Amino acid sequence: MSHIPTKDEICEPENMVYSRTCLLTDNALSYCPGCGHGTAHRLIMEVIEEMNLQADTIGVAPVGCSVLAYDFMNIDMQQAAHGRAPAVATGIKRLYPDKFVFTYQGDGDLAAIGTGETIHVCNRGENITVFFVNNGIYGMTGGQMAPTTLPNMKTATSPFGRDTETMGYPLKITELIANLPGTYFVSRQSVHTPANVRKAKKAIEKAISYQKLNKGLCFVEIVSNCNSGWKMTPLESNKWMEENMFPYYPLGDIKVPK
Amino acid sequence: MKDIRLMKGNEAIAEGVIRAGCDGYFGYPITPQSEVLEYLMANKTKERTGMIVLQAESEIASIHMVYGGAAAGKRVMTSSSSPGISLMQEGISFMAGTELPCLLLNVVRGGPGLGTIQPSQSDYFQTVKGGGHGDYKMIVLAPASVQEMYDFAKLGFELAFKHRIQVMVLSDGAIGQMMEKVELDEQVPRWTDAEIKIKSPWATTGKTPDRERNIITSLDLNPVKQEIININLQKKFKHIQDTEVRFERIQCDDAEYLFVAYGSSARICQKAVLLGRERGIKVGLLRPITLFPFPTIELAKLAKQVKGMLSVEMSAGQMVEDVRLAVNGVVPVEHYGRLGGIMPAPDEVLNILEKNFIKEKSYEPHTN
Ligand SMILES: Cc1ncc(C[n+]2csc(CCOP(=O)(O)OP(=O)(O)O)c2C)c(N)n1
Ligand code: SF4
Ligand SMILES: [Mg+2]
Repeated sequence: MSHIPTKDEICEPENMVYSRTCLLTDNALSYCPGCGHGTAHRLIMEVIEEMNLQADTIGVAPVGCSVLAYDFMNIDMQQAAHGRAPAVATGIKRLYPDKFVFTYQGDGDLAAIGTGETIHVCNRGENITVFFVNNGIYGMTGGQMAPTTLPNMKTATSPFGRDTETMGYPLKITELIANLPGTYFVSRQSVHTPANVRKAKKAIEKAISYQKLNKGLCFVEIVSNCNSGWKMTPLESNKWMEENMFPYYPLGDIKVPK
Repeated sequence: MKDIRLMKGNEAIAEGVIRAGCDGYFGYPITPQSEVLEYLMANKTKERTGMIVLQAESEIASIHMVYGGAAAGKRVMTSSSSPGISLMQEGISFMAGTELPCLLLNVVRGGPGLGTIQPSQSDYFQTVKGGGHGDYKMIVLAPASVQEMYDFAKLGFELAFKHRIQVMVLSDGAIGQMMEKVELDEQVPRWTDAEIKIKSPWATTGKTPDRERNIITSLDLNPVKQEIININLQKKFKHIQDTEVRFERIQCDDAEYLFVAYGSSARICQKAVLLGRERGIKVGLLRPITLFPFPTIELAKLAKQVKGMLSVEMSAGQMVEDVRLAVNGVVPVEHYGRLGGIMPAPDEVLNILEKNFIKEKSYEPHTN
């Protein structure tokens, strides 16, 4: 019988093809197992490390499940009030035009309470980068309806499904801001399969490197699952996302530099 | 040669912040303070000192832009009037929780609601007692002249960074709009990025290998730690109460009766003191300059000397509560105020003082 390698043998340096970026801390992620937030964190931090931007980066995370992002991202960070990250980032970027400034926001944050700040930060063409994790729900507060919740989708505050007659329609805020002249690069991605992770990373790389050009705001939406809020297993939630979220929120670049 | 100019209060504080080395102003127009933003824009601050001035989409955005700049160690500010300041309260509370220094200006107008654009002092409670959520205080400076509008820009930033606290200049429509002569001083240079790293090592300026990452947050879900954070905040407020009280005594040395008033009301009472002295009444004025920290000890001392105090405010009686706490029943304390944007006249407040304490000698406890 051939030799079965031990764990230590597998971990020999010549076998190492991947390791965690040093821009993620050792703190255990607070996200539910299967949640897309962790992968999104990792990709952003990987790119910042690869571009050697740690010393130039200031991140802003408002409330939402990612309120503790500063525990996981090994960079200088500011925690912002619900919806106000774009204003906070504006304050930083205007005073430090050479730093790399980004926000990391959920859909409730960016497309409900913070809609005004979102539109205006894009309209002013602030040279910041916005990462937008759209899971169609308020994850942190226990799965209530978000502006992005799909029609007929059941949530804690739409227990019989979102009735568009009385509760309005899911807001495609990304398409909306792509129409504003102040945005430079707008893309929608997901992180639920290895192929999608690779595509998302490319979009994140562009959204980060374009900031240096000072040509306007770069925006990457990541359509993501909230298995806890959707009351599904992680696998079920990814399948449901493909079948229901992607038709409404199609993946791909929405606005690319000419 | 001295640089003396005739300026509006709002223009004076705008010039004051430029000369105090302010890095950024974020604001939204509202009467009676729009001249601040207008003056800054007209003065091409970017070219003069490098100061950034941005008109935000709302007062909510303004205060959070201030948060971002302050958390990165810059000298930043906003200004507004009452309804706009109400909108900022969540942001101010976040700055209290993260101990961020900043300068805020409220050129108060009458409320509630849209109220009036005329001067008022009805935002005392909101400002001094903490208008946002949580246990916090700001340092509150109350200018009574255009010169003080100018001076409190520099003083405000100094105090803000000395204590890592928000400093609110609580003015009113009269002080903001009136013109007086102002003596200007030298330009203070803006801090360089290298100086910021030394002066505010806590600031988020980008994590370099020589230090741990800097995090600005008011969140701690562990109640034991959150209580410690709060206890430390309270210690800071106590230290400020012990060390930063400012007030002005006007004809207090031999006073038998006392006006207590700040801002515009203090100007009116100053005139009333002169009128009173002409009528042979030994009346003085204690003018709190800091509303937090309040001149509690000074008032307690004066309570042992005078026969009665009249707190004059353009409100239904807000500061009077702090005067009564300081006096602690030792002498009668009455309130007189005009509401809705009306300013009392000097003889009007003097007559009230006489009526309360001199003509009707027997003291009846206040009923309001
Ligand atoms: C002013 C204010 N209102 C409400 C809340 C409560 N709150 C915290 S997070 C949140 C929703 C977050 O949803 P989302 O932005 O979609 O982030 P997710 O948790 O789904 O990632 C709400 C309503 C708050 N913190 N502040
Ligand atoms: S509640 Fe939803 S969004 Fe939040 S960590 Fe859990 S799965 Fe992720
Ligand atoms: Mg969400």
